[in-house]
Amino acid sequence: MKINTPSKLEKVFKSGHIAVTSECGPPRGSDPEAVTSKGTLIKDHVDAVNITDNQTAMTRMSSLAACIHLKQMGLEPILQMVTRDRNRVALQSDILGAASFDINNVLCLSGDHQSFGDCAQGQNVHDLDSMQLVQTVRHMRDEGKFLGGDDIKRPPKMFVGAAANPFADPFEIRVPRLAKKIACGAEFIQTQCIYNIDKFEEWMRRVRDRGLHEKTFIMAGMTPMKSAGMAKFMKKRVPGMDVPDEIIARLAGVEKKKQAQEGIDICVEHIQRLKEVEGIAGFHVMAIEWEEKVPEIVERSGLYPRPEV
Amino acid sequence: MIVADKKPIEEIIETVKAYDRILVLGCNECVTVCEAGGKKEVEVLASALRMHFIQEGSKKTFDEQTLERQCDHEYLEEIRSVIDNYDAVLSLACGVGVQFMAEKYHTTPLIPGVNTCFLGATEKRGLWTERCQACGSCVLAHTAGICPISRCAKRVMNGPCGGSTGGKCEINKDLDCAWQLIIDRLRDLDRMDDYEIVTPIKDWSTERAGGPRTVSREDVQV
Amino acid sequence: MLRAFEKGADGVFVVGCMEGDCHFKTGNFRARKRVEQAAAILDSVGVGGERVQMYNLSSGEGPLFAQYAIEMDEKIRALGPSPVRTALEAQKTAA
Repeated sequence: MKINTPSKLEKVFKSGHIAVTSECGPPRGSDPEAVTSKGTLIKDHVDAVNITDNQTAMTRMSSLAACIHLKQMGLEPILQMVTRDRNRVALQSDILGAASFDINNVLCLSGDHQSFGDCAQGQNVHDLDSMQLVQTVRHMRDEGKFLGGDDIKRPPKMFVGAAANPFADPFEIRVPRLAKKIACGAEFIQTQCIYNIDKFEEWMRRVRDRGLHEKTFIMAGMTPMKSAGMAKFMKKRVPGMDVPDEIIARLAGVEKKKQAQEGIDICVEHIQRLKEVEGIAGFHVMAIEWEEKVPEIVERSGLYPRPEV
Repeated sequence: MIVADKKPIEEIIETVKAYDRILVLGCNECVTVCEAGGKKEVEVLASALRMHFIQEGSKKTFDEQTLERQCDHEYLEEIRSVIDNYDAVLSLACGVGVQFMAEKYHTTPLIPGVNTCFLGATEKRGLWTERCQACGSCVLAHTAGICPISRCAKRVMNGPCGGSTGGKCEINKDLDCAWQLIIDRLRDLDRMDDYEIVTPIKDWSTERAGGPRTVSREDVQV
Repeated sequence: MLRAFEKGADGVFVVGCMEGDCHFKTGNFRARKRVEQAAAILDSVGVGGERVQMYNLSSGEGPLFAQYAIEMDEKIRALGPSPVRTALEAQKTAA
């Protein structure tokens, strides 16, 4: 398969390995140690790391800055970009900024509405939507041009991804939506975290029916539950989240101090089951504020050591 | 139509304090339909203000008049002969009318009596909802007649976003997800294949971003 | 209703048919809504929304009408003169 960028993630996919990524949230402050310490915990167990972009609209250190910190310590960052806060000028500008530090992966998202965050009275931008941002980055890379038409000096060589939620409403357009993102140029997809494996396998079956798994690299999102309480919260309060009752029952069935380990066990079992599903090219392990558990999950899922590419 | 809502009376009392002879001026069009600034609302507001100020022993006067529109020169001319009798005009027209008045009678202080909210429709008596943000280049032919710019909180052009739940928007469960509505309509019109057409990046220069806008029709200008 | 208070009325009572029996179908419901609006406005200008009230009865119920009238009268007497009336009288005296 043709390699288009210096991205390590792209190489892992295209050499036929199962890829592993994880995620870090930048701090609500300016201490780089808050980023680098998380990087240190996971660096040998992942191929690349997402840095979130003002997630849930809470103002944090910028994703780009945090990516630079990770890059400088030898990790492979994935720059998450939401379209909520920046217009097309700033988005293209930040892509170039990232490329100047040889950050080679970007994940394009809309972003949670600002009313969820700490600046509910602010404006939102949405000059582009997430699909148009995918198109934009591909255009900058493949045509070497700005949206305005002029040539870019040293075009960015970015491996472009998008998110997918197999469980969001309306279910009937989940696969057409994935097809649309691929048509816009999404080269890899990270899904929202999965707990309903049966429903996910059904989504994957529909994805395979349209051959979409061969046009993009699909990574299954995995987040270990810390407790039965967390599982219940996610079921009730997080939009687009499908948490089967059996999972909650299983967690509630063990004593409180053992629930976290049970949650990790469930996560490992899910990864092992999904490794066998055709079309799954990797796993995106999101253990927010619990990054120290990533190594255990990756090792027990048989995904360690990470391949040298 | 333009939908407006009455300003709280406390705010109006504060802003008229400085003046003695006030004309409460209504408008017979949009603000009448949304019951914020028509003849009835002028009468009620003037009466309430008189009752408030008389208790302070004030000698303020509040006259009442309603014009057909406040966004047309010919109707605003109707008060030229009386405008100098007033220290201020409390206009219940939308923001357009208030400004047009201010331009026409630029030595008369102008106070707005309503908050102009949006372009919308009457769902039922007493309930008005937004439908249009005047983007200047209408896309409704491609979105089954439902506007993603005015009805989607993130104005995504290729929606829905990941927050759509049960047909409702992530920011408010009483708000319909515009993209759910579009998909439902595409399905009913047997045009689901259109869903996969990628809407290109929008030219926002015809919208507010491009600066204050003008429509000039030379073919009708004499 | 508001004009009455403006001119110094201490209270206003509005009477309509029993709900569901209005000859004009919804006239009495709309009237009740307007009475509520007037009460809110009277509160906001310090006159007091309790000075306006709506009662429902059928046109044949003379004694009930009298009872409501007495009730309203007692209520308003207890509230005292409307502050607008007091202010109007003060103005007249000063003039």
